[in-house]
Amino acid sequence: MADRTIKVAQLARVEGEGALKITIRDGAVKQAELNIFEPPRFFEAFLRGRAFTEPPDICARICGICPVAYQMSAVHALEAALGVTVDGPLRALRRLIYCGEWIESHGLHVYMLHAPDFLGYQGAIELARDHADIVQRGLDMKKAGNAIVALVGGREVHPVNIKVGGFYRAPRRRELQGLVDQLERGRDAALATVRWVAGFDFPDCERDYEFVALRHPAEYPFNEGRLVSSRGLDLAIADYPQHFQELHVAHSTALHSQRAGGGHYFLGPMARYSLNFDRLPALAQDAAKAAGLGPVCRNPYRSIVVRAVELVFAFDEALRLIADYVEPDQPAVPCEPRAGTGHGATEAPRGMLYHRYRLAADGTIEDAVIIPPTSQNQPTIEDDLKSFIGGWLDMSDEALRWRCEQTVRNYDPCISCATHYLRLDIDRA
Amino acid sequence: MMQGLVIGLGNPDRGDDGVGRVVAQNLRRMAPAGIAVREHDGEASGLIALLPAELPVVIIDAARAGGTAGRIHRFDAGAGPLPAELGAWSSHGLGLAQAIELARVLGRLPRCCIVFAVEGASFALAAGLSPAVAAAAQALPAQILAELAALAAPGAPERGNGP
Repeated sequence: MADRTIKVAQLARVEGEGALKITIRDGAVKQAELNIFEPPRFFEAFLRGRAFTEPPDICARICGICPVAYQMSAVHALEAALGVTVDGPLRALRRLIYCGEWIESHGLHVYMLHAPDFLGYQGAIELARDHADIVQRGLDMKKAGNAIVALVGGREVHPVNIKVGGFYRAPRRRELQGLVDQLERGRDAALATVRWVAGFDFPDCERDYEFVALRHPAEYPFNEGRLVSSRGLDLAIADYPQHFQELHVAHSTALHSQRAGGGHYFLGPMARYSLNFDRLPALAQDAAKAAGLGPVCRNPYRSIVVRAVELVFAFDEALRLIADYVEPDQPAVPCEPRAGTGHGATEAPRGMLYHRYRLAADGTIEDAVIIPPTSQNQPTIEDDLKSFIGGWLDMSDEALRWRCEQTVRNYDPCISCATHYLRLDIDRA
Repeated sequence: MMQGLVIGLGNPDRGDDGVGRVVAQNLRRMAPAGIAVREHDGEASGLIALLPAELPVVIIDAARAGGTAGRIHRFDAGAGPLPAELGAWSSHGLGLAQAIELARVLGRLPRCCIVFAVEGASFALAAGLSPAVAAAAQALPAQILAELAALAAPGAPERGNGP
């Protein structure tokens, strides 16, 4: 039992490119190493020397699944450097397009990637053979998210309508009203999704995470707030570099993040939810309670329920924003170049995404730093794997391989602009 | 009249991965009325949403086969699943092969669905198309239009969604 070697060529249903290596020695897990390809590093270099107006379009290309998050963190960081504040209807439109991206991303992950694990299916195709109506419900929800992103962002993939200071064109009120029926159906579908996933069987695995997420005085966070943690951190976004650090590790091309002075932390839906439960609308809170979730969730297998609750929130918030929408006088706030440094952090579907830009007086980008949520979560994912797998060593190779794959999918690692699937090696030597 | 939808898939920032989209761009310049051309990143659910109910559809994607760069493979996806290995070649999350099978299970796959896969050489960031793949991207539009013209000819296979 102590010495076996398992090789898995591909880890399906994790988007992107990377490798997971589990090393088992003398019946105990010695190491769990997740190696992901990290496109932002290329883009940081690509951005240097370019005009401050360019990051929204360039950053959208970092990720096919969450381009809006990259655009939002970029524009907030650049506006901070330029001393510009975007509020009113333009701020609301930014929240609205973020709702669309969360719906797209969570809808895809819950239905296509994660749910099959809990129901014993190989994947979404096999799930659809038995439950076509359920898979179609997931596709319809994602389509509603696409519709928001396409309308506000100008197109579904790599939106082009977002600029520093606001938008190139603000949608008309009647255009947004055209989404309402689809979004109301989506909200009902999201509530049904919470009920559906609440009935899955979850391994009893709780972890003592330090959750980190944005927290806003009144809203469930998208674009603004202070960075808070479940262990008392409470700081302005501009103070991020003083409290978090990136480290090179030998086994990964991506930089790992940790709290300054040591300690891993955890971003994403579970962190947002656990630090902001009181900011959710009553509809989402009630759905969570009915699904058996408390105000804090520490079991990563239950992240699928949290994502479903965030789907309810995103549809509900989109409908609220559309109902309250007043067409702005101008689609963007004027932005004049000046020297300065700006920090931005927004809540990508997978967690807080940090950008920092240093600008020259003419607005040229002298330095750019982009720290995506998956690389920040990497040490925690490895910690969890190491912790959980130790209890599963009696499983057959096939069962253990499957459980490892499911565990990685808990975190919805976003490495989606890469070209191949994660490879998984379990080395029991 | 020739009718159909052509969908070019890929990530234009990842070298030869973007060949499907370049084929779509090249074809758009020469496509007659009745032929719609779309570009897409290949994400499965978004791709399924694009599939027409009635029209023939032609999909172009990159493939990584370890063979000859620029080599073009043709598959009749309406008749049956793509080769299993194509799922591993494809670059877009669930993959084109899985997207087609999911569409088939959901009754959303057009009866006539042709897939062209172009073998790539380099998938590096910002690499652009390699010469052999760029040549294939020039040649493929005419082949696609010939395919669609044949489908429009009298006696061509029936259209519409599969069973």
